[in-house]
Amino acid sequence: MDFSLTPEQESFRQSIRQFAESSVAPIASDLDRKAQYPADVIDSLAGLGLLGCDRDFVSYVAGLVEISRVWASLGAILSVHNSFVCYPIARFGNEAQKNKYLKLLVNERQLGCYAFAEPAAGSDAGSIQTTAMADGDVFVLNGQKLFVTNGRQARVAIVYALTDVSKGREGLSAFIVDMNTPGLTIGGTAEKLGLRAAEIVELSFRDCRVPKANLLGNLNQGFAIARHIVESGRIDIAAQAVGIAEACLDASVDHAKERRQFGRPIAEFEAIQWMLADMGTEIDASKLLMYRAASLRARRPDDNRLTMVAAQAKLFASETANRAAYHAIQVFGGHGYLAAYPVERYFRDARAMTLYEETSEIERLVIEHELAK
Amino acid sequence: MNLDLSEEHELLKQATREFAEGEIAPGAAERDEQARFPSELIPKLAHQGLLGIMVPDEYGGSGYDTLSAAIILEEVARVDAAVALLVGSHNSLCSGHILAVGTAEQKRRYLPPLARGEKLGAWALTEPGSGSDAGAMRTRAELKGDTWVIRGDKQFITQGSTAGTYVIMASTDPTLGTKGISAFIVPRETPGLVVGKLEKKLGVRASDTAALHFDDMAVPKENLLGKVNEGFKDVLGVLSSARIGMAALAVGIAQGALDEALSYAKKRRQFGKPILEYEAIQWMIADMATENEAARLMTWYAASLRDLKQPFVRIASEAKLLSSEVAVRSASKAIQIHGGYGYLKDSPVERFYRDAKLCEIGEGTSEVQRIVIARELLKPA
Repeated sequence: MDFSLTPEQESFRQSIRQFAESSVAPIASDLDRKAQYPADVIDSLAGLGLLGCDRDFVSYVAGLVEISRVWASLGAILSVHNSFVCYPIARFGNEAQKNKYLKLLVNERQLGCYAFAEPAAGSDAGSIQTTAMADGDVFVLNGQKLFVTNGRQARVAIVYALTDVSKGREGLSAFIVDMNTPGLTIGGTAEKLGLRAAEIVELSFRDCRVPKANLLGNLNQGFAIARHIVESGRIDIAAQAVGIAEACLDASVDHAKERRQFGRPIAEFEAIQWMLADMGTEIDASKLLMYRAASLRARRPDDNRLTMVAAQAKLFASETANRAAYHAIQVFGGHGYLAAYPVERYFRDARAMTLYEETSEIERLVIEHELAK
Repeated sequence: MNLDLSEEHELLKQATREFAEGEIAPGAAERDEQARFPSELIPKLAHQGLLGIMVPDEYGGSGYDTLSAAIILEEVARVDAAVALLVGSHNSLCSGHILAVGTAEQKRRYLPPLARGEKLGAWALTEPGSGSDAGAMRTRAELKGDTWVIRGDKQFITQGSTAGTYVIMASTDPTLGTKGISAFIVPRETPGLVVGKLEKKLGVRASDTAALHFDDMAVPKENLLGKVNEGFKDVLGVLSSARIGMAALAVGIAQGALDEALSYAKKRRQFGKPILEYEAIQWMIADMATENEAARLMTWYAASLRDLKQPFVRIASEAKLLSSEVAVRSASKAIQIHGGYGYLKDSPVERFYRDAKLCEIGEGTSEVQRIVIARELLKPA
C-alpha cells in the first residue's frame, strides 16, 4: 500500500494550488455571480497542463481538487472537457480521430462538450430518443439533448444517439460532432442554482449530417462507451466534491479563529469544534476513497472493481461536500448566508455534486448490484 | 500511489479470516451468552502469532507492521469483537507500551511470555474518577529505598483478572498533574495486587473487564517503564496507536454486520421476492458498504503513517471516530434488515449491535476524538 503522491505529482498539485489561489480565487465569486464563462482562465489552465487527458490520472485528480477548491464551476468545465470528451476519444477513437480531434482539444485549446441526457432520459439510457440513421457516407442525427455543459463554448461534441431503435440502449452509438455542423442548433442557457459559470445549454439536431468517419468506437457500442466513461467520470465528481468540501473546512477554520463572541474566538466552543472535527474526518475519508479510485484507474483502467470503487467515492464525497457546506454556513452564522462570503457559493455548488453524472440514488444502486454479484 | 494491499498483506488477511472463521467464530455466540472468557483460544491465538503481532522475532513475536495488526484485528472482530478486544489490548496497550519505551532487559524478560501467550497483558490507566482526564489520577507510587510502593484503584481494565503482566500508571508527583505520571511493569503474583469485581457489560461480554486494587503493592525499582514523570507522554503515544487498533476492530464489526445483512437479504423473501430487490434494503446495504470502505481506508492510512514514522495523531483519531460510528450505524442497519429475527439472541447481528457500542467509548470516547481532531485542525499553519 502506498498512500503518497510521487514528488512529481505533489509538485504538479502545488503548482495548480498556487495558480488557483493567486489567479482564480480573487475573481471567482464575481464571475460566478455574473454566470460568466472564464475564457482567459481556461486558457491559462491549458498552459498549466490541465486540459487534455494525457497526464497521469492521479495528478489530474489532485489538480482538479485544487481548482474546484477555489471555483467549482471551473472544475465542472474541465472535467467535462477532459474526462467526457478527450478521454473517450483517446480511449475509443481511431488514429485519424485522435490526430484530428485531440490536436484540436488539447494542442489548440478548443473546448469539448458531450450530449447524453434528453427530456425523457437521464440515467435511464434506454429512453434516449435521438436517432442517427445511416445514409450513404453520413449518419443523420435528429433529436434533442439537455444539460450540455460547455455546449455554447465547445468546438466539438460527443453525441450519443440510437443507430438501432429496436435494441434500446444497446442500439446506441457515439459520434464526434463538429459544433458548426449544419442542423445542430444551440438552444437557451439554463438558469441554475450553482456552478453558475459552467453554462449548460440545450442542443437540437435536425437532419444533422455527421460523416461516418466520426463514429466513435463501433456501431452500437455507445452504451458501453458511455458506461466506461461515466464510471471513470465519477472520480472527477468526487474530486470536485472534495475540493468544495476542503474550501468549506478551510474557510470555517479561519472564521472560527477570527470571530469572537462572549469574549473568545468561537473556535474555543465545543459546538464549533465538533463541526470542524466531523468535516475534517469526512473529508479525509472522501479523499482516500477518491484516491483509491483514481490510483486504480491509473494503474488498471479495466479493473472490474472500478465500478464500485468509483461509485463509492462519488457517493461519499458528494454527500460529504453537502454536509461540509451546510456546516460551513452554520459556523459563519448569518454572514454565511450572504453572497459576500464564499461559503454561500460553496453551498450552492455542492448541491450539484449529488445530482450530476448520476444521482446518489444511482450510485447506491450500482454499489448494491456490485455487492450482490 | 496504490491503495490495494500488497500480496503479503492480502495473504495475511486471507489466512487470518480462515483462522477466525474456523477457530473463533464457532464459540462466539455461546461465550457471549455465558460471558465466558475464551481461555481455550489462547494457545491457538498464540500459535497463529496473534499474541505477539508487532513484537520482533528476537522476542518471540511475529514482527508484523501496524497495517498487519489492523488487518488482523479487523478479521478477528468480524466474527468476535470480544476476542479482538483481547488481542488488541494485549498487543497494542501492554506489549505496545513495553515495546515502545522498555529497556532491553525489560523487553527480553517480559515480551517473550506475552508473545507466546504464556502470560496475557493488561494495561491500567483508567480509575473510578479519571478516564481521559489523566491529570486527575489518584493512584500513587512512592519510591522507598529500592522499591516503588503503589496504592490506589483502577477501573475498566481489560484482562484485569486474567493477565499475567500488567502495565500500571501511577502518579509519582501529584503536584505536577499529567507531568507527574509514571508507568510500571507489574507481574500478577506481586503481593498487594488485588483483583476486584468483574464487570458485567452490554457487549464484548466474553472479554474480561475487572477493577484492580493496589494495597501497598511493592514493585522493584527496575520495573519502572520509561522515565520518571514522563509516563503521560508515553501513554498518549500508546493510546494513539491503540486507536488504530480500535478503529480496525470497529471496521471488523461493520464488515461482519454487512456480510450477515447481505446474505440474509438475499435469502429472505417477502411479497414474492428476496428483500434485497427492494430499494429500501439496497440503500442500507450500499451505505453500509461505502461507509465501511471509507472507515477501512482511514484505518489503513493511519496504520501506514505510523509504519512510515510520519505524524498520525489526527488521522488515527479520525479513523477511530469514523469507524466506531460506522460500526454502530452498520450494526443497527443490519438488525433493521433482519427485522424481528435481528432482535433475537440467535442472530449474530444482535451481538454486533451491542459490541459496536464499545468502539465509541474505548480508547477515548468519540467526544475526546473530536477534541483531538479539532485541536489539530486549529493549530497555526
